Amino acid sequence: MSAPASELAGGTRKGALSTLDSGSAPNPVKRVVAALRSTPSVVVSFGWIIFIVVLALAAPLLEQITGISPYAYHENAIDPALGGLPLGQWGGVSAEHWFGVEPGSGRDIFMRIAYGAQVSLTIAVAATIVTTTLGVVFGMLAGFFGGVLDQLVSRLMDFLMAFPALIFMIALLSALPAGNRPLLLVIVLSIFAWPYTARVVRGQTMSLRNGEFVESARASGASPARIAFKEILPNLRGTIIVLSTLSVPQYIGTEAALSFLGVGVIPPTPSWGQMIASSVAWYAVDPMYFVIPGLFLFFTVLSFTVVGDHLQRQLDEGDAA
Amino acid sequence: MLFYILKRVAAGAIVLFLITVFTYTVFFVLSPDPAYMICGKTCTPDRIADIHEKLGLDKPFWEQIWIFISGLFVGREYGEGVNAVHCTAPCLGYSFQTSQSVFEMIVQRLPVSATLAVGAAVLWLLAGIGGGLIGAVKKGTWWDRGIMVVALSGISLPNYFVALALQYILVVKLKWLPFPTAVPFADDPLQWFQAYIMPWFVLAFMYAAMYTRLVRANVIDTLGQGFIRTARAKGLDPNIVMGKHALRPALTPALTLFGMDFAALLGGALITETVFGLNGVGKLTADSITQNDQPVIMAVTLLAAALVVVANIVVDLLYSVLDPRVRVKAQ
Repeated sequence: MSAPASELAGGTRKGALSTLDSGSAPNPVKRVVAALRSTPSVVVSFGWIIFIVVLALAAPLLEQITGISPYAYHENAIDPALGGLPLGQWGGVSAEHWFGVEPGSGRDIFMRIAYGAQVSLTIAVAATIVTTTLGVVFGMLAGFFGGVLDQLVSRLMDFLMAFPALIFMIALLSALPAGNRPLLLVIVLSIFAWPYTARVVRGQTMSLRNGEFVESARASGASPARIAFKEILPNLRGTIIVLSTLSVPQYIGTEAALSFLGVGVIPPTPSWGQMIASSVAWYAVDPMYFVIPGLFLFFTVLSFTVVGDHLQRQLDEGDAA
Repeated sequence: MLFYILKRVAAGAIVLFLITVFTYTVFFVLSPDPAYMICGKTCTPDRIADIHEKLGLDKPFWEQIWIFISGLFVGREYGEGVNAVHCTAPCLGYSFQTSQSVFEMIVQRLPVSATLAVGAAVLWLLAGIGGGLIGAVKKGTWWDRGIMVVALSGISLPNYFVALALQYILVVKLKWLPFPTAVPFADDPLQWFQAYIMPWFVLAFMYAAMYTRLVRANVIDTLGQGFIRTARAKGLDPNIVMGKHALRPALTPALTLFGMDFAALLGGALITETVFGLNGVGKLTADSITQNDQPVIMAVTLLAAALVVVANIVVDLLYSVLDPRVRVKAQ
């Protein structure tokens, strides 16, 4: 997110992606994949991402198999005499409730984590698709055509990036009616985040525009649209992949933060940030309740960042070679 | 140079104006009617019209904007005749919840946010620049790897989670710190320190992680450049090469970021202040949003935007002092 929102943890700041300035050549996909596969941290991170994706997709299936709904209250798993603290060690971990239960309500934490993964990933991936599309379209338009169009797009980006985005996202979300929260989150995230993609794409397009291959394409009579889509866009592929990989953890982090502050995903729909928010009242007596969603959030953001970082490094090295 | 400064200030003013219009539209025009917020459920149409008139909400949109902006510079009147209330400049209106002057509310809370920001900034600059330098100089060693792992964790851990974990370990389990309650420094320096140490750390950890990565990358980049090789080749003391030649170009990009981050924190560290119950501008923002206190939301949004815009200009000017290459371009 922008500087004002940078109080949020999560992901690399995209503004710092200055090493990306060099346009990546049509990338030898095999070389990059081979290099990534031989890096243990990337393999582990990728494994975690697959695990989370499967968990999210399989959530309804798991619900069927175990017969435990993320919304069901399990009063037999909590101790009313202690104000609803989970029975047993480690926040009520048992064969039935793998990650224990929520204090107070007795809802199954594992099922809520699984459904929370669904919500987090859906929002983050959707926002990534929207911001990448907007960022590439506006960035290329501004960088390729320059002139008045560039001025317009650049000023719009300046305006959005000077905005105190976090404050505004919170204010906007709390003022808007409940409605379809995940959709609203995607829209609000996208409005303030696309300039960060567009800025990088614009810079690269501007340097590619003057390349010899563009000149020769123009000399051979290619239309501007053809030059943009057939000559320039393929050269941006590496950048776009890196930027979107690094966007996902940022949006996961921002969504969680907004939900933590009570303006994101609305209960009873589970979300990791919201689980941490409700654990605040219990953190001293039932630490497992904040540790579990916290660690899931941490590992997921970390994994995406590690993969994104290494992708970027590989593509940069490919350029240098 | 003067022309350059004027141009930047004008551009900043335009951005702030647009943000004012945008924010005003969202919170006074599209949001639920403020009049209902003020007089509650038992409200007669007369009373609503009365409030509209007093707040100037019955006027055309652009006139409302004009009144709001001129209120910032010369103050404004609420209502007319004997009941008129004069709001002195800089007038940001009165809170719908407490009827306090919004300007005063912010001024009261700024010291807390400033204390938080300054303390955290000292910590994160030390850790971020130190960590980045060590990582770059000892690139590829276990020192470097260790630092990068910590930095990666720092940017991946949500700060509210770090805050909770820290409180659980230090306050509940180990009992090294009392439950944080902020007091002014003069009242009880020890308690003041104990209240701020965890928030400082939580904020600094996250920023230090970002700065470590940035500084490390920049230093490595600079060390690979020709003028460093020249300096080394002519037999210059490695410490001088590092301190005089490499550090300056490597740290200037971090300065840009620092100005923006620090300014943003002065406008309130929303999450950290809320989690630790510190009564700063960030907490004020969070509270005003939950209570839908429109004048306060308006004011804190503008404050945050203004800080970022001003920081941007200051950083650009400083940049041209530190980096001669930019100076040439600006002139």
